[in-house]
Amino acid sequence: MLRYAARRLLFSIPTLLVISFIVFALLDLAPNDPTAQLPLTIPPETRQAIRENLGLGQPFHVRYLRWLTQFMVHEPLNLAERMWGVEIGNSEERLRVRSWSTRAPVVDLIATRLPQTLTVVGVSYLVAVLLAVPVGVFSAYRQYSIFDHVGTFVTTVGFSVPTFFTGTVLIVVFSATLGWLPSIYDTTHQVTDFDSFVYQVRQMVMPVMVLGLYNAAQLSRFTRSAVLDNLNQEYVRTARAKGLTEPVVILVHVLRNSLIPVVTVIALGLPSTFAGAIITEQIFRINGVGQLLIGAIESADIPTVQTVTFIFAVLIVVFNLLADLLYGVLDPRIRYD
Amino acid sequence: MRLKPRLFILTLAAILSLVSAAAGERGSDGQLKMLYWQAPSILNPFLSGGTKDIHAASLVLEPLARYDEQGGMVPALVVEIPTVENGGVSTDFLSITWRLRDDVVWSDGSPFTAADVAFTAAYCMDPEGGCSAASRFQDVKAVEAVDSHTVRITFKVPMPFPYVPFVGSVSPVIQEKQFEACTGARAPACAEQNFGPVGTGPFKVTEFRPNDIVLYELNDRYRDPNQPAFSSVLLKGGGDAVSAARAVLKTGEFDYAWNLQVEPEILAAMATAGRGEVVSAFGSMVERLVVQLTNPDPALDDKRSTYQDGANPHPFLSDAAVRRALSMAIDREILVAAGYGPAGRVTCSVLPAPAVYASTVNDWCKIQDIAGANKLLDDAGWVRGRDDIRAKDGVRLSILYQTSTNSVRQGTQALIKQMWREIGVETELKNINASVFFGGDPSSPDTYQKFYADIQMYTNSFDGTDPQNYMQGWICDEIPGPENQWLGQNIPRYCDAAYDELARSLSKTAGTEQRAVIAREMNDRLVGHGALIPLVHRGEVAARALSLGGVRHNAWDATVWNIQEWHRLK
Repeated sequence: MLRYAARRLLFSIPTLLVISFIVFALLDLAPNDPTAQLPLTIPPETRQAIRENLGLGQPFHVRYLRWLTQFMVHEPLNLAERMWGVEIGNSEERLRVRSWSTRAPVVDLIATRLPQTLTVVGVSYLVAVLLAVPVGVFSAYRQYSIFDHVGTFVTTVGFSVPTFFTGTVLIVVFSATLGWLPSIYDTTHQVTDFDSFVYQVRQMVMPVMVLGLYNAAQLSRFTRSAVLDNLNQEYVRTARAKGLTEPVVILVHVLRNSLIPVVTVIALGLPSTFAGAIITEQIFRINGVGQLLIGAIESADIPTVQTVTFIFAVLIVVFNLLADLLYGVLDPRIRYD
Repeated sequence: MRLKPRLFILTLAAILSLVSAAAGERGSDGQLKMLYWQAPSILNPFLSGGTKDIHAASLVLEPLARYDEQGGMVPALVVEIPTVENGGVSTDFLSITWRLRDDVVWSDGSPFTAADVAFTAAYCMDPEGGCSAASRFQDVKAVEAVDSHTVRITFKVPMPFPYVPFVGSVSPVIQEKQFEACTGARAPACAEQNFGPVGTGPFKVTEFRPNDIVLYELNDRYRDPNQPAFSSVLLKGGGDAVSAARAVLKTGEFDYAWNLQVEPEILAAMATAGRGEVVSAFGSMVERLVVQLTNPDPALDDKRSTYQDGANPHPFLSDAAVRRALSMAIDREILVAAGYGPAGRVTCSVLPAPAVYASTVNDWCKIQDIAGANKLLDDAGWVRGRDDIRAKDGVRLSILYQTSTNSVRQGTQALIKQMWREIGVETELKNINASVFFGGDPSSPDTYQKFYADIQMYTNSFDGTDPQNYMQGWICDEIPGPENQWLGQNIPRYCDAAYDELARSLSKTAGTEQRAVIAREMNDRLVGHGALIPLVHRGEVAARALSLGGVRHNAWDATVWNIQEWHRLK
């Protein structure tokens, strides 16, 4: 297992290097101009000076290698310095990946955005899992019952109606008409006592429900079909023939075997928690990582887009590996060595 | 004599407003919540140039003088506006001397002096700094501190309108102490300074999260002891314009929202909730059609869309009758009603404001005249063919009409296409992503400077209230082409010796009245010749809660220019 993990980790290095090149090159080749959004009253000569100040005058390979060293060497060093409070080399002069529109280090921007993304998107993912698994198991167990039909209907709706629609409908109903919930997420809000906790829950309800419903729809369909596959297996009949009670058959035998594919889906979906939810964050003004990415795309802030995209790529590679390792843990038949 | 009653009322109003302002108490009105859906990304306006960032910084950083909502100049950090009469401006227009107020301190307690002003100029004029307000300083020779509270700016050329550097929120004064180590190439690396500038304004920054929120609290060293009325300001960013309008007009969660380019009927429906009102202010923004006067035929290769001393004319738009007919066929009222509502007015001028510069010579365009346009084209020999499209000598009136991708612009395009169909003109529509269209990439064929089309549409305006630089954009030397990396501002490739002569005399003439005469004539030539077809005078739209008082919506400066006077209505 350990050897397998180490081999996979080594393999991921060239993979990530190729990804980094593709991400950088694609974004660099796309027609883009960080000064395009400035008012037309700023003359072309000034725009040229701004572009040069941003480092756009240099050739492609110089910029790529600089970005790569900044990201692969300088940023980890900075992170290490901050975590252990030590100074490694001359950290003042170390060049960091800087955003064009804010001129601040991109990693710092992501750090300020992560808390709100993890709270809202993370909680919604949790809600989705807690909802989806029981619903999926019960729908499968009582296949073609009223519960199954209603569940199928709700999940189909949840999966096919886009979040920008459900989000807006919720705002119109609960904020604009009824006035129960705030439509704008307050990122400065701090939970200090019970009242502020209640406010935090109130401002999280709508985004969490919108995202949770969407994710739960997908997961519960997965769970349902996995459980259905297992219910018809010989070992289930054996278990029942042994005289085991139905709860034991379902929750111990069937559920554990059915969860293997579901866990993979959940693990592969986890990076998206860090990536945030672009649309939902935009609608409720949560201003997390997803909003950072979309804002950077709109303002042609290429270093931010490159860095955020590449971090997602790293997360996806890592969680893929984790999912594979989890397989081995959940299913004793799978052996990697 | 007839003026007297009005004068009396004005004085009375001024006194009353002074009394009510004095009655307010500093910091008594709690928190002001503002919503900018385009969130500020940096609080140093010199490193951004984006309007949202300039607004957010203007609560903290102040210029020497600012513009009020009429476009008039008001002193901010100075005692008075220098003029030739009071000796502040030299008679040869080569220098201007500002006298600073002596009661101003920075929010960290250090005194505000002429050295700060001189430092700011040096900061922005550094060629490696990438300062977005650099054009404000392009004619400046030197900015020197004569004494601790006197600044003299000398110019390389005579400046009949010398109020360019340090006027308006685009070029405020930054603190030397704070930015000393941040000049030139080091400017962007100073994240701490760029995120929390020390200023002289009514508020100071307490927290800034780029593209998310800015938190301000009142600056207790602000020069007026009774201002500001709000103790703190929350400026929240993100989302879109429609939901920003909803948060002020319908749910009442916020007090003020800026830049609400929203379909007029949506705004009107929201305003019926009775919590807020929509306010608009008109500056110099004009949505216009730019007419291609050179030949954009792809077959011309590197001569495509370039001016060859008149040897490369457009196959049909070089005919003045066609240009005039295209303008006459447009019903601008419909364009305003469909796409702009309170944010637009019909205009026949590319220089519609300030009022003194507004010309009425081309007002024939305000009323659609399909019959007249048809007759004009008939008389010029453009005959309708079997497909109902006019042609002459094998040249069909078929137009490629491009603009940036934006739902209002695509709506306008569709309407104009229909109107032109009625005069026998065929139109092909094209829209280009704004970051490509307005991006200056010389290798892209789709930039507005290259103009590989027959007609294109966008909005342009000018900085401040003086149109000299703006009007000079249409002289022959400003025509873009490969030899100047397509950097010129004369997009229609208009070249008229008489116009160039007017531009020269404008740069030598002083006095608003005389300058206005010349500027109006320049506008009349541009529009009369049909190089530009003005469509809509665009305003800035914002929404304010009915409980928010003191808002004087301003299109000439940051809309928050007088935030120290904003207060909660009881």
